[in-house]
Amino acid sequence: MTTDNWQKLTPSEKFEAHFKELISPQGVQFARPEVERAYQERVRMIKDVVQVKKPSRVPVCPTIGFYPFAYAGVTAQEAMYDTDKLGMALKKFHADFLPDSLSSAPIYGSGQIFEILDYKLYRWPGHGVPPTTPYQCVEAEYMHADEYDLFINDPSGYFARFYLPRVFGALGAWQMTAPLTDILELPFFGPYIVPIGIPPVQQAYQKLLEAGRAAMEWIQAAGAIDGWSLTTLGLPVLLGGFTKAPFDTLGDTLRGTRAIMLDKFRQPKKLLAAMDKLVPLAIDMGVRTAGLGHHPIVFIPLHKGADGFMSNEDFKTFYWPTLKAVVLGLINEGLVPYLFVEGGYNQRLDIITDPDIPTGTTIWIFDQTDMKEVKKRFAGWSCFGGNVPVSTLKAGTPEDVKTYVKRLIDDVAQDGGFILSTGAVLDDAQPENLHALIDFGKEYGVYR
Amino acid sequence: MSKPLIDAITDMREEDAVQLAQELLDQGTAPLDILEQCREAMAVVGQRFEAGDCFVPELILAGEILRQVSDIVKPKLTATATGKKVGRVVIGTVEGDIHDIGKDIVTFMLDVNGFEVRDLGVDVPASKFVEAVKQFQPQVVGLSGFLTLAYDPMKNTVQALKDAGLRGKVKIMIGGGQMDDQIRQYTGADAYGKDAMAAVALAKSWVK
Repeated sequence: MTTDNWQKLTPSEKFEAHFKELISPQGVQFARPEVERAYQERVRMIKDVVQVKKPSRVPVCPTIGFYPFAYAGVTAQEAMYDTDKLGMALKKFHADFLPDSLSSAPIYGSGQIFEILDYKLYRWPGHGVPPTTPYQCVEAEYMHADEYDLFINDPSGYFARFYLPRVFGALGAWQMTAPLTDILELPFFGPYIVPIGIPPVQQAYQKLLEAGRAAMEWIQAAGAIDGWSLTTLGLPVLLGGFTKAPFDTLGDTLRGTRAIMLDKFRQPKKLLAAMDKLVPLAIDMGVRTAGLGHHPIVFIPLHKGADGFMSNEDFKTFYWPTLKAVVLGLINEGLVPYLFVEGGYNQRLDIITDPDIPTGTTIWIFDQTDMKEVKKRFAGWSCFGGNVPVSTLKAGTPEDVKTYVKRLIDDVAQDGGFILSTGAVLDDAQPENLHALIDFGKEYGVYR
Repeated sequence: MSKPLIDAITDMREEDAVQLAQELLDQGTAPLDILEQCREAMAVVGQRFEAGDCFVPELILAGEILRQVSDIVKPKLTATATGKKVGRVVIGTVEGDIHDIGKDIVTFMLDVNGFEVRDLGVDVPASKFVEAVKQFQPQVVGLSGFLTLAYDPMKNTVQALKDAGLRGKVKIMIGGGQMDDQIRQYTGADAYGKDAMAAVALAKSWVK
């Protein structure tokens, strides 16, 4: 992805270099020339909408969760434990529906790996929730209210010795280990290395090695599934990397929703300091994960800043500044933040359309936000999309879906810069409704 | 008459509110009067939430203050009367779904608005709702669920209440991130509420 003079390139030169690599991926053999052309056309549509241009037609990229498994007659549990079934279902789903981007196999995770590590942060199908139910997060105060200073002083050390031992049963003994930064000089090495010999710590590392071995098998199989959809159907991955808004990193899986809301009143300075600490880590995570897949679009799901979750004043103080810093840090590397805006953002639109964010550098996918209001503010500035209700895809008719899509395209897609997508992650739907979304969207979304 | 405790709660001054409650108690104010002031303050917070002037964090902090004041006051309660209840609600997150934050806020707001609420927790099978409705005889059942995975379990729960001959005895409301009127119709529930105050308004309208 990077060249010798990478650091000398401007953000837009880096952006162009990333997309040049994406449109002609190295070492990929397409099944037929027309598949390669279809792939390149899809990548071109995505690049056009990111740059707020009119593509040949509206790209149709629904956000797909566990729906392919129900569709293909495979349980969610089977998808997480059996890569043959995972692959069968995803291939069938992609071949039958032909969206403009693929749902990447690795995001479903491997039940075996989570079992080896005794992952407590989630319940997954057959392991705490029914075999047909997608994985779900178990919220708790894994980081305690009085641990902000520990976190701020050394986030990695905090993760290793406090957070990870709490969320992985198999790594519980890591709480007995010392910080790596203790390893300074020969005579002082003992306090670090001796705990590594304690039997429970040895067992924790054994489990981690075991999980790593399982991960090698799993990622080869999962990678091959995506490779098939790419080379046989010409479907690009939409989301290359991922990272999170600092407020959500703390609010989702460290402090939890309730606790972070109380922290906002009780210890606002520490909360702000912890988020500042997370900014460079979040940028680095986005850059590295995008680099792994040679793909410039970086997924950022937005959770705890939605309408109702805080006032606009608090949003401007607690949520937006550090998220904006992450967004700008990614853009500076030529990457494209893909902000997946859960819930409603009707109160936030004037804040997020920040003049510091350059034109044609971001993607915003909305759910329950008024799309005409979005269009008013986003036109000529940033790509946006989403908003097709998952409720209609489940409980409506194909006609309902077509009516919704037609109105949406008429209302907000006329100038380009628009991605047709679901408002939320799709786990459950009627197949004829999803066909209506994709087929009608492709047909009606042609720019003439 | 100025009510410093009410102001402290509605201004989100947590330490002041707890201290004021302690002072009132020490000065001989009846525990029930202190709780009544808290209830008044919560009504103000609820109205502000409904009007879009305050948000979920304020509801949660107010709840946290109320809990602390109750902890101080309740040991001194001599009368058992805790105000007459306006109605009974059975609530829970439906089978297969373990999300509880929305449900907990609704439960709390129903409680401070005078409802007797039986919270069945998360991942609640339809049969458990049926059992609770038989025992507790609520006027209202609240079904919570976060994502699309809750659609069918909600529908099944409504059906189970119907099969048990209980559907005519209760009003059913649904709520959660991906709920709307289309899903209300799909599940056979009576109403959908977009937030905790909507749930309170629905429940109140049904127990009149």
